[in-house]
Amino acid sequence: MSALAVSPALAPGKAAPYVIAAYAVFLAIVLIYVAIMARRLARTEKDVQQLKRELDQRAAAAEHKDEREPVL
Amino acid sequence: MTTFGRGLRTLVLATVLTIIVALALVFFYAPLDADQGFIQKIFYLHVPLAIVSLCGFVFGGLLAIGHLRTRNRAWDMRSYVAIHMALIFGVGGLITGSIWAKASWGHWWDWSDPTLTSFLIVLLLFATYQPLRFSIEDPERQARYASVFAVVAAAFVPLNFIAVRLAQQFVHPRILTLGGGNLPGSMRLTFLVSLLGMALLYATLWKYEMTAKNARIQVRRLRRSLLGDDSVRPLGRSAAPS
Amino acid sequence: MSTVLAVLRKDLRLELRTFETLPAMALFSLSTFVIFHFGFNQAAIAGQLAAGVLTVTLLFAALLGAGRLFVAEREQGGFDAFLLAPVDRNALLVAKAVAMFIFLAVLEVIAVPAFGLLLLGPPLGPRLPGLIAVLALADLGLAVIGTFVSAIAIQTRARDLIAPIIGLPLLIPALIGTARAAGPLLAAHGSGSPPTKWIAILALYDVVFALIAYAVFDYLLED
Repeated sequence: MSALAVSPALAPGKAAPYVIAAYAVFLAIVLIYVAIMARRLARTEKDVQQLKRELDQRAAAAEHKDEREPVL
Repeated sequence: MTTFGRGLRTLVLATVLTIIVALALVFFYAPLDADQGFIQKIFYLHVPLAIVSLCGFVFGGLLAIGHLRTRNRAWDMRSYVAIHMALIFGVGGLITGSIWAKASWGHWWDWSDPTLTSFLIVLLLFATYQPLRFSIEDPERQARYASVFAVVAAAFVPLNFIAVRLAQQFVHPRILTLGGGNLPGSMRLTFLVSLLGMALLYATLWKYEMTAKNARIQVRRLRRSLLGDDSVRPLGRSAAPS
Repeated sequence: MSTVLAVLRKDLRLELRTFETLPAMALFSLSTFVIFHFGFNQAAIAGQLAAGVLTVTLLFAALLGAGRLFVAEREQGGFDAFLLAPVDRNALLVAKAVAMFIFLAVLEVIAVPAFGLLLLGPPLGPRLPGLIAVLALADLGLAVIGTFVSAIAIQTRARDLIAPIIGLPLLIPALIGTARAAGPLLAAHGSGSPPTKWIAILALYDVVFALIAYAVFDYLLED
């Protein structure tokens, strides 16, 4: 890349908005993705908790049934 | 039960470190370009995005070959995630490329850059991947057809670049990439670190997505076996094997 | 080989009896020429513009025709019958692609003279040999990709939408080649022979995609 000092496209002052915009777009994409993943994770966690509750219920019901078995 | 989360933490650490180093190099080490000035800094963001995106598509094609040969749908899921990620990175590359074009030449789009044009065509092709998947209901056929498409589309990537480059030999070849190997050493180092950081980011997000999808699938399976078939809502647009 | 011929004969006979696809493609092309005429509002076009118009019209006519390729197989169990027969599965791909090529060739016999009559400024006659060479290669690419895309789309819910959106990006390099090769041919003071660079690119594209399609077609037909 030859160092031809033909007037550069934009001085750093005026160019900064574009550079910032580009990096901001990148950051935005990453953050949006993280947000979507966070929502999915929350849903999965909710499902896991529901499963746990169901398991606990069944364990309790089984115990309860055992207790009520008539002793012959 | 396959686990995808192993090694994720190390990967994240490596990614964060590399990206921080890359950003430091970009803004404090790499010299100002004589032609484009400060705007050239976008180069360190745009080109890695584009390169990683294209590699991601090819990666997805390779994984699809794995699926077609082994019939194991885990490969199809890997392929799907790879292509999905590559598309996101690709859109990022296109937007940053457009910003760069606007800053450099005053237009948001310029047909005289063959690389950006080829890239647009590739994105148009891979954007059809999801509509294709979701319009096939049978999961096995969906995976199979998607893999066939992924293979052909990945093969298309190099062909497309060659064809477009040959077509765009205009009087003013205004090329966004800084003339191949003419980068001075400091710029090259910065570029390589940026590229590495982007590649690591892709790998991290890919692994992350795989882990999340896998966890979701396992939970669904548990629900189904514990609560019966009715408790599991059909995934409407399922792409991943379940 | 005999399988290819058998399937091809069936398709051609079907088309001859029902005339479903070809007249539609021809009418579509002619109407498109009329629309282009009014769109450009010029007495005649030549050179690269003419090449572009011809290429685009053929492309859309091809996509129209390609959508019909596998409909009979899909709706009347032809796929199952084919899978049950002890034949090489790729024969279906070859047969359908050849059928498509023939359809496009017949279409061009109608559409190209019409194009010369309605839109083209310079006389068509002297450019015909070069144009035929270019269009033959273009038809090959259109046939292969059209068949491949149609085979995928026929199994989807939105087949009329899926086929074009997948097919168009895949066809772009072929269309670049066609338009660029035909451009100098159709120029007002054209040389009459297409630029070899673009012919070579078109040929290369056709060969590569034919091979790729042949390699993966098997996976589309299983059940």
